[in-house]
Amino acid sequence: MSLRGVTKRFGEFTAVDSIDLDIREGEFFTLLGPSGCGKTTTLRMIAGFEEPNAGEILVGGEDVAGLPAHKRPTNTVFQSYALFPHLTVRDNVAYGLKRKRVDKAEIDERVKAELERVGLANEANRKPNQLSGGQQQRVALARAVVNLPKVLLLDEPLGALDLKLRKGLQLELKRIQQEIGITFVYVTHDQEEALTMSDRIAVMNRGVVEQVDNPVEIYERPTTTFVAGFIGVSNLMPGVVRSLSGEKAEVELEAGVTISADANGLGTGERCHAVVRPEKLYVAPKGMPAPELAADAQSVDGVVTSSVFLGTATQLVVELRGGARMTVLYLNTDEAKRQELPGGGADVTLSWTPEHIHLVRESGTERATADHEALARERADAA
Amino acid sequence: MNGASKPLGRRLLPYGLLGPGLLWLTLFFVIPLYFMARLSLESGTLETGFQFTWEWSNFSDAITTYDEQFIRSFIYAGVATLIALVIAYPLAYAIAFRGGRWKNALLFAVVAPFFTTYLIRTIAWTTILSDDGVVVDVLKAVGILGDDGRLLATGTAVIAGITYNFLPFMVLPIYASLERLDPRLIEAAKDLYSSSRTAFLKVTLPLSAPGIVAGTLLTFIPAAGDYINAIFLGSTNQHMVGNVIQGLYLNLRDYPMAAALSFILMAVIMLMVVIYIRFAGSEALMGEEEEAR
Repeated sequence: MSLRGVTKRFGEFTAVDSIDLDIREGEFFTLLGPSGCGKTTTLRMIAGFEEPNAGEILVGGEDVAGLPAHKRPTNTVFQSYALFPHLTVRDNVAYGLKRKRVDKAEIDERVKAELERVGLANEANRKPNQLSGGQQQRVALARAVVNLPKVLLLDEPLGALDLKLRKGLQLELKRIQQEIGITFVYVTHDQEEALTMSDRIAVMNRGVVEQVDNPVEIYERPTTTFVAGFIGVSNLMPGVVRSLSGEKAEVELEAGVTISADANGLGTGERCHAVVRPEKLYVAPKGMPAPELAADAQSVDGVVTSSVFLGTATQLVVELRGGARMTVLYLNTDEAKRQELPGGGADVTLSWTPEHIHLVRESGTERATADHEALARERADAA
Repeated sequence: MNGASKPLGRRLLPYGLLGPGLLWLTLFFVIPLYFMARLSLESGTLETGFQFTWEWSNFSDAITTYDEQFIRSFIYAGVATLIALVIAYPLAYAIAFRGGRWKNALLFAVVAPFFTTYLIRTIAWTTILSDDGVVVDVLKAVGILGDDGRLLATGTAVIAGITYNFLPFMVLPIYASLERLDPRLIEAAKDLYSSSRTAFLKVTLPLSAPGIVAGTLLTFIPAAGDYINAIFLGSTNQHMVGNVIQGLYLNLRDYPMAAALSFILMAVIMLMVVIYIRFAGSEALMGEEEEAR
């Protein structure tokens, strides 16, 4: 399934700004972003509840953008479930098959099998309002999956459930997806949920796609400040590219040191941010090198502003020169070492191995348009 | 804490809340009903005085004498209810789903006629439907009415009047049931291969059924006992059972017969309502999927 230059405007407001996505068959694909980033609008355009102002929506090579919802090979699991309150669980699940005029015996069989899959075989004769939230969620899933759509669309399906139930259902959803092999397009604002379940994630912000990649790449090598900040803890050190040598860029950080890292397509003089994930930072009293690290480790000085015991880990916040705040996560594996960690107000040196630092661009709407133009040029070149 | 150990005041509270309503119903409904029932079994005339004689023939005489008006009442009320439903449903639907910021203004427009009394509104219709009025002229011009045709003193006029007067009672409950409907349900139906029409028949209509049932009852019951419309918009040929009861009381002073007739009317309406609710409450009307396609 592909989106090509899909745009949706509500009056003056551009909810989705010319996005391009390629979703592979059988993939668990997540649209991740804060509320108002256009992820739900994108999903609703794929489902057929919203007409795009421009662009193509290709499902199995066929443009469905002009088709009404009931003629599309997609099914939706709604955030609020939207179960039919006047129908039993069985009739809810059978609804789509009946509209497709599937043979009655086959309907009975498929509905039964689907209810068994989601563990609700005994609730078939109940009405939705007699079920718990988690059970309703399963009915909503069964009602969509039973039709074997080409693409299953899920709009924050776990959003209304409590944390413990969510965790269980995340794994169950993933299991069901792998079992039936249907393409899932999953919308969520919960980055942890996205990282847990997805094959690939598209991070969206202000109607544009910032980055599309697998969870590990998204986490370890974000390409923009927005992605770096939205996924995990925002550990950004602002700086400017001073020179380039081959693939490497020399970046002067505002914190007062110059580091070398993969250029990632940045140009000389360009502003950027260096990212290091909290669990990859080492903290030691000022001037003392972190003993765990090799000789090529990079480091920067700062002051500890807070230290919080989290149970499995201890979280320190270190303020650098220039005001950047870095979060450090120390896993509490060694109680003696934990007690030696510097406390609030201490001068410290943060260090990391060069492979864990990563340069990202500033996020912003300007860049998004520039990117889009570059993409359009690429496509024109290819053609 | 169990019920017995609650303080006395708390235990009496529900009865205290019921009290005023219960007293009201006893004074103005149960007691008059008893006197009416007693009256319906008396015999005699106003001059000689009425005696309680278990006069069951009042009931059989009422049915045989006034069967025509009885049947007419239910036909008029039934037709008016159906027309009101046909007008009210699209109206309520439009207000609920397309009303936007005009919703409250439109609802007000539905209720606005109540600011004038029932009687005056009905009399106004005699002007609207009068022989030299606009409606008759137009109908004559397009050939629906003959040259000497008229609307006043016809069944059409009486039904039109009843429909008009009870329309808000149909619109409001249907509106209330549609307003509550989650639009996501219609999206879900469309997502599951329903055209707009199928989504309406399978989801919207069944979910608004309670509103339809309430609206038809609120229209049909008072319409069946109505006599104002027949007085002003009809002639003696359009008289309904309400007119007969009124005439028996006020003109003929045959109180026992009038009381018997009232009881028969009440019983028939109650029977019809029970049958209707039984049917309406069954799975068939509530949109059960069983072989409904």
